[in-house]
Amino acid sequence: MSISLDEVRHVARLARLELEEAEIFSLQTELNALIGHFQDIQGIDVTNLSPTSHAVAMRNVWADDVPGATLPRDRALRNSALQRAGLFVVPQIIED
Amino acid sequence: MIHTLTLAELSAKLAAREVSAVEVTQAYLDRISAHDGEVGAFLTVASESALQDASRAQERLDRGEGGALTGIPIAFKDNISTDGIETTCASKILKGYIPPYDATVVERLKAQDAVVIGKTNLDEFAMGASTETSAYQLTRNPWDLTRTPGGSSGGSTAAVTARLVPVAIGSDTGGSIRQPASLCGIVGFKPTYGRCSRYGLVAFGSSLDQIGPLAQTVEDAAILSEAITGHDFRDSTSLPHPAISTSELKNVSLKGLRLALPKEMLGEGTQPGVRAVFESALENLRREGVIIDEVSIPSIALGVTTYYIIAPAEASSNLGRFDGVRFGPRSEGKGHIGVVERTRADGFGHEVKSRIMIGTYALSAGYYDAYYVRAQQVRALMVQEFNRVYQDYDFVVSPTSPVTAFRLGDLDGDPLAMKLLDFCTIPANMGGMPGISINAGFSEGLPVGLQLLGAPLRDEALLQSAFAAEKALGLATAPPNFA
Repeated sequence: MSISLDEVRHVARLARLELEEAEIFSLQTELNALIGHFQDIQGIDVTNLSPTSHAVAMRNVWADDVPGATLPRDRALRNSALQRAGLFVVPQIIED
Repeated sequence: MIHTLTLAELSAKLAAREVSAVEVTQAYLDRISAHDGEVGAFLTVASESALQDASRAQERLDRGEGGALTGIPIAFKDNISTDGIETTCASKILKGYIPPYDATVVERLKAQDAVVIGKTNLDEFAMGASTETSAYQLTRNPWDLTRTPGGSSGGSTAAVTARLVPVAIGSDTGGSIRQPASLCGIVGFKPTYGRCSRYGLVAFGSSLDQIGPLAQTVEDAAILSEAITGHDFRDSTSLPHPAISTSELKNVSLKGLRLALPKEMLGEGTQPGVRAVFESALENLRREGVIIDEVSIPSIALGVTTYYIIAPAEASSNLGRFDGVRFGPRSEGKGHIGVVERTRADGFGHEVKSRIMIGTYALSAGYYDAYYVRAQQVRALMVQEFNRVYQDYDFVVSPTSPVTAFRLGDLDGDPLAMKLLDFCTIPANMGGMPGISINAGFSEGLPVGLQLLGAPLRDEALLQSAFAAEKALGLATAPPNFA
């Protein structure tokens, strides 16, 4: 199992990372080294094991529906590189 | 000398009015100015607000309202949100980010009159085990300044070790509190997953991350744990249980304690010096009446692989929020996607990009079941195997790290070799278990840590036994140049 340069480029697009050619090469090497290890778990018998993410079982966590203060707009916007009229400015998404 | 005191001792002196809260904070600020140039533990020192916090704390002490943490300076790993104080995760993508709110742990400690003295260095987004992936600076091990303090909570750990602060807060996703504690000879405790709120901790691996204390003694770690744990409605994975109690901390003897030593945690990869110190520590514990048996937990061998699927998968999803729109610098690019891709390319360092790539790959169509789902099943297997051991034993014991502190730069170019060193610490995160590292002794002048792991929710019992074990093994001293 190994990952091709084109696959590295595809995954980079999915991850929204613009990579230099040199980075694509070095990441291919690194990813292949790790993916090589991924094969270690392929032979393990996992029948009857349900995927686990929380060691202490919890289900249906509800918060009380109580109105409360929220972050004021100016504080929420304070860290944005670009803002105007109380809004985040983003590049145009829909073509003309 | 103020800096030679533990949190518990400092707290007693503050309560007895032998020293004022402002004097304490000023003493640590002076130590940071004098020594942090060589250690590199802090990214931000909040001198002005710390002195204000301290004088407020003193007013409380003057009114006789102080508690265990009133006037105690605390450093926070820089992935924990602090209202009004820059929080960068040691990444360029968060340069200049000033959180508009406090993390729950910060809020709770402030409510108990602790002093926020500053923010400490880490591996970028906590991804690393040497603090070398920080975009800003290296942090050095106070025992040997040419070596790493470990990571990712290297800044918090080095700060406590060099006595630049009495205690600090870190986070642990695969060992990031316990491993640096081991490499620096201090105490690091990761509570049961869900006991300490993650609200305001910048998420890395959400199902693995847990906040915890770094301290000079188990007692200090316990005091801090009591202050930061307990249910928080803002974290939906927070457990309903009350805060960790310290009331019975000192009331346990080691006699009859049953420890399981998994042979998979003391293998070929363990340095001979680490093995020797660890085995002599076990001998000391046996003399106190501890029963230690070797056991086998085969899934430990799968831990690193499983972790390097689950943690990057969760990270690739969590780090999706860094798009240059709401926080951090924004780069120029073509259209919306171009801006996002360029911002992320400029903002993330190599290790973070590598983990985002691995995670995105493991979650992508065609691989999701083979990698991510399967890894979560192996995780279930690991939980089962550990639970079986906990039926017969109180705790699992092992070296915290198979190696002592390595030289800065030695493993920097070999990320896989560094990842393979995490095999003793990863199981606690996989199984949500509480884990603690205490000093077991020294090998060639470098600290060696002993780790105890317990079944989920056995935090109090674990701290009690660690307290007794620390007494049996002897407290580590401060590094000579920082004593």
